[in-house]
This record gives sequence, structure tokens and C-alpha cells, in this order.
Amino acid sequence: MTLFTLMMVVLQIGLTLGLVLFMVLYLILAERKIMGYMQGRVGPNRVGPLGILQTLADGIKFLHKEIILPAQSDYALFMIAPMISLVCAFVVWSVVPIAPGWVLADIDAGVVFVLAITSLGSYGILLGGWSSNSKYAFFGAIRSMAQMISYEIAMGFSLVPVLMVSGSMNLTQIVLRQSGGLLHWYFLPMFPIFAVFLISAVAETNRAPFDITEGETEIVAGYQVEYSGFIFAMYFIAEYTNMIFVSTMASLFFLGGWLSPFQGTPYFSLLFSWVPGVIWLLLKVLLFLYLFIWIRATFPRYRYDQLMMIGWKVCIPVSILWIFVVSLMILGGIL
Amino acid sequence: MMIDLVSRSNALGELKNFTFNFGPQHPAAHGVLRLVVEVEGETVVQIDPHIGLLHRATEKLMESKPFNHSIGYMDRLDYVSILPNEHVYVMAIEQLLGLKVPKRAQYIRVMFDEISRILNHLLVLGSTALDMGALTPWFYTFREREILMDCYEAVSGARMHANYYCPGGVLRDLPNRMAQFEESPWRFSSEIKDLNAPRSGSLLDYIQYFTDIFPARCDEYEALLTDNRIWKQRTVGISPIDADRALALGFTGPMLRSTGYMRDLRVDQPYAVYDALDFNIALGKTGDCYDRYLVRVAEMRESNRIIQQCVDWLRRHKGPVVSDHPKVVPPTRERSKMYMEEMIHQFKHFSEGYSVPEGETYAAVEHPKGEMGVYMVSDGANKPYRVKIRAAGFPHLQALNELCRGHMLSDVVVILASMDIVFGEIDR
Repeated sequence: MTLFTLMMVVLQIGLTLGLVLFMVLYLILAERKIMGYMQGRVGPNRVGPLGILQTLADGIKFLHKEIILPAQSDYALFMIAPMISLVCAFVVWSVVPIAPGWVLADIDAGVVFVLAITSLGSYGILLGGWSSNSKYAFFGAIRSMAQMISYEIAMGFSLVPVLMVSGSMNLTQIVLRQSGGLLHWYFLPMFPIFAVFLISAVAETNRAPFDITEGETEIVAGYQVEYSGFIFAMYFIAEYTNMIFVSTMASLFFLGGWLSPFQGTPYFSLLFSWVPGVIWLLLKVLLFLYLFIWIRATFPRYRYDQLMMIGWKVCIPVSILWIFVVSLMILGGIL
Repeated sequence: MMIDLVSRSNALGELKNFTFNFGPQHPAAHGVLRLVVEVEGETVVQIDPHIGLLHRATEKLMESKPFNHSIGYMDRLDYVSILPNEHVYVMAIEQLLGLKVPKRAQYIRVMFDEISRILNHLLVLGSTALDMGALTPWFYTFREREILMDCYEAVSGARMHANYYCPGGVLRDLPNRMAQFEESPWRFSSEIKDLNAPRSGSLLDYIQYFTDIFPARCDEYEALLTDNRIWKQRTVGISPIDADRALALGFTGPMLRSTGYMRDLRVDQPYAVYDALDFNIALGKTGDCYDRYLVRVAEMRESNRIIQQCVDWLRRHKGPVVSDHPKVVPPTRERSKMYMEEMIHQFKHFSEGYSVPEGETYAAVEHPKGEMGVYMVSDGANKPYRVKIRAAGFPHLQALNELCRGHMLSDVVVILASMDIVFGEIDR
């Protein structure tokens, strides 16, 4: 490997991370703005025109704040835990294609890699909650473990039909198998699976109405109750990065990734042929992100046992059932 | 071992339950409640409420002050529904004095009692939803609370601690014009125009405006919550209680009516002008959190009807708003500037107060939270010999352990919110 290729790789990594962080910055602001308008208020509008610098200002504030280490905590784990969350949230982006060939690591086991790293990310929350040595944080850690494990399973099963139909674990291949327009995307033949995936995605990212690990009115802030300053911001960034990530995954697996919805439609495909694939992907991701925010503004939180019930009694059986349905569809030559 | 789940005396020994503090600094503790919660997993085994963190010795303070000085203390009891607190206190004094209250004052009192009921129930509704993680209803209910706060401000000058009722009536008549929003760099002028549009007329017009829009706003909250599956899963069947047990525990108000037991002081022992008004009482069935919520929403709609009737009556009937008793009611400002005797009387009224004949009485109103009562003993002096306040929330809180046992930790928050606890009145 020459120095030039090495530099190119570093540049690509930097670009990807920069893009993700930029999206996180504005996702946080967008969430506050959108929820504000849904709730009859305007959201942040003081820092910069229309408040566009608000999150940046908050980030700087976090950097200035003292990191308080609880006296009874396990200092090393306490500091490492948010880093685990953040690193895992960033590492998964290495296998995400944003256009044909635009991917850092075009590995064949992309889906497995994604599932593995997202599972690893829950260690950040577990260790953070446990090492704080606080009762509320401990509750948060226990809850998050149970939740993560249950919904890992549901999410894993919900991806099996996708892999069966596409015949590949490579994310680029999965997207390319969906080419041929809106009707060839996987969300139509696998709609129940799509719903299960979305529900698991919300649960995996600890977002309302499945935010029992934070549960700010029950266990105060759960695993992050003892965190302050920038180590808190790490959790925060990791959560929002994960949100963007699962939205991207949903777009890649079920909405044809960067493919245009008008592919194959006689007239429209020409009309929209100038739109680059990245824009289509971005639109789909934004659609899911908006959905996340909308759900948060609308629903109350589930209770811990109800959450587990949905995971084990609804999501997992539905996805297993649909594996058989999809098998039959493949046998029948429909897919 | 980082967290002491296992008793240290025996490494493999018996498992101990997890005990932790819920409050006094807790986002869902509704004030300064401290609960010592013992849980097994997430299931509550026992809850021990510790109260007294907001104790201000209100009853003792009242014994050391002339009767008319303590009305403001009543505001600070249940600081969510302020005027019914004052109502019960002035009612007790009026009973001891045998004072007649003019009809118009009584209608004003009833109107503001019902406004307070809506204020209170809006807060409960919003905060129950907030405690369950639904952020939006809170902002919606506070949007409406703002209108009602402005009504408080229009009659008394204060948004919360009104100090508006006085023995013999109310302090002043309803204003003929509302305060207007002024131009400011922070608002567009079109916005100010919209804000001022309902405020162009008198206070009664403004209240009328509220009663016109409020049913639609109620529909809005119900659209978000009543048939919401998550809301129902979180509230239906949570802490049900039957009427007998509720009565035995001393429940009143929506907590009791949600069990299906009909008891409402506005009907059972009508005070003020409630017997002249047409309204229904909402009853629940099972007494669970969902029924409490439904009862409160229905009560808000009924309160809205009562306010409408009061506005109609008040528009048609003018008259004095305070009794003409020369001792209990201070002289008007004009008269006290005109006559030396009235000046002295004014001074004596606000410093020494007035003597109340010897006797004892119990006055009670249907406060938004339940029965609020004042037991007052007078020994003929200018200060009460003893004042005992019956706070509606106190018996509700004592049932917390019973209601929460066997439910999950997340349910404690919901039950607490549905009880409508306000620490100002429990700790007094």
C-alpha cells in the first residue's frame, strides 16, 4: 500500500465521519425544531440565524463543563463506557454504501458486521450504568441489556428474509437486487418485516416510546444519570449517530437505498435521471428520521414488561412467520 | 460487588430486595415527595412515603394572625388550584359571622372555582402524560392554562396567588377591559394583533372566548390520549380500587368518583350557587388510572358548561360584589380618604382585623382534588383559636403503598400523577 492510497483511505474515513457528525449536529437541532412546532412553540432560535448554531454552542458548552467522577464509581470503566458507545456508533459506518462503490469497506459479510458492532454498542450502556454505582443508573443498565438483547433477536430475524431474497450479505448487493423501481423494493413483499424492523430500530436506539433505559420520569436518566460534560455528550452523539444509522439501514434493506423510485417508469425515470443516488438515499434517511421524531412527539413511553412482551410475543413470531412466507414466495417464483 | 444486592454476611445467602429513594429531587415526584421504594426486580414490594419537606406550619401561623390576614396563606396550600382554597376559608369565616354574600359575588366565586378546576385538571392531564413520556400534551394544556391564568391576573393582578376572595364576597368587580399585549421587538405585529383579538372586550368576553374554544381543545387532548394504545396499556387496570375501600381510606373528588361512587359536594351539600346551575357529575367504574383520567376530562367539559352559565348570568345581573357589613368589609378608598372615621376603620381593619363570635364550624368545598375543608374554632378574638385544614391529597397519598404494591416501578409514576398530589396542601 503506497502512501497515497493510505492518505486516500484516511481522507475517506475523515469525510464519512465528518458527514455523519454534521448530520448529527443538525439532526439534534431538527428534532428540537420539529418537536417545537408540533408542540406549538418555535424551538431554539437564538444562536445564529434560526438557531442553526445552537447544537454547536451546546457542544462547546459540554467541552467546557467539568467531568464529574462519582466517588464510588469505577473510574476506568466509567470513562471507557461512553467511548465504547461512540466508537461502535462510528465503526458501523465503514460498511455502509451511500452509492455504488462509495463505501469504505465493501465486505461480503456486511450485514453480520453491522449486527455484531451494534450489539457491541450496548456494552457502552451496560458498563456506563453499572460502573456509575448509582441505583438509578443500575436500573437503566439492566433495562437496556434486556431490551437490547430482545430486539437484537427481532432485528436479526427480520433481516433473514431480506438476505434470503437478495442472496447476499453484502449491503451493496442487497441494494442492487432491488433495482427496477418502487415496486421492486423489499418493503412491499415484506411489509410486516419492514414494520418489525422499524420497531426494533426504534428500540435499538433507545428512542421514545421505547426509551425505558433513560426513562427520565422513572429512573431519572437511567444509565447516564451520573454523566456530565463531554462524556455525556459522547452518549448523546452516539444515540443520534445510531438513529441516522438505523434509518440508513432501513433505507438500504427495504427502500432500495440510493435507487430512484422512478426506475423503470417510462416517463419519470428520464425526468429524474439527473438526481444523484446519494440524494435519494438522503431523502429516504430523512423520511425515517422525521418518523422517529414524530413518534417521539406523539406517544407515551411503554412500560418495561410491555416492551419485552412486544419484542418476544409480537416482533419475533411475526418475523419468523414471514421467513416461511418469503420462502414460499421464493419457491413460487414470485420473488 | 459494586451494588450491594447480595447481603454481605453470607456470600451465597438470602437475596435482599433493592431499596432506593424516589425523590425528594425526582422529576416525577410532583414537588418534594420522598418515597422509599422497595422493589423486587421492577415490581414494587413496598412504598413508604416520607412527607414534611414542605411543612410551613400554616395552621399554626393562621392562629397567630387576624382572620383576614390568612387568606393569602390559603393560596399557598394547593398552589395549582388557588381560589377554591380561599373559598373554603372565607366560607368558614362567613359561617361563623353569619354573613350574607351577594348573589353576584357567589356567581363570580363559582366561575373562578370552575376556572381553577380546569386549571388543575389541565395540569394533571399534562403532567400525567409527561410522566409517561408523552411530551406534547403538556405543552397543549399549558397553552390553555395561560388563558385562564390571564383571567386570574385580570381580577387580582396575580397570575397564581390571587388573594381575590374575601369574607363577604370578592375584593373587586370583574374588569371591563383586558390587559393588552404591547409592541415588542420579540413579536411580529401580526402576532400581537392575533393575541389581542380575544382581549378586545371585557373579562367576561375573554372567558366566553375560552369556553367557546375549550371543547375543541379537549377533543385535541383526547385524540392524543384516550384511544392511544400505549396510553391505555399504561393506565387501564393500574391500581384499581373499589368504592368501599376508597371510602374507608378517605378518598374524595375524582379519585372517589372514578370508582363509581357518587359524592360531590357541589350536589350533595350545595354551597354558593351550585344548586342553581345545570351540570353533570362524571363517574368511573373501576377506579383505575384510566378512569381517573376520563373522569377528569369529563369534569373539565362540565366545568366549561358551568363557566358558560355563570358568564351568562353575570352579563345579565349587575350589583354589589361584596357584603355591606361595616366591620368585615373595609371602607372604599374614596370614603377612607374623605372621612376620618373611615380612615381609622381602614387602619383597624388591616391591622387588628375583626372579632368573630365564639363558636366552631366546618366548611367544605368540592376542590378539584376532592373535599377541601376548614374546621375553625373561634374564641371571640380577632384571631382563630384553631384552624384545621382538611387537604384532599393527604388521604390519597396514604393509599399510595396499597395502590402501588405489585405494580411495576414505571407504574408508580403513573399512579402518583393520577392521584394529583400537590405538596403545598399535604405538608401545609
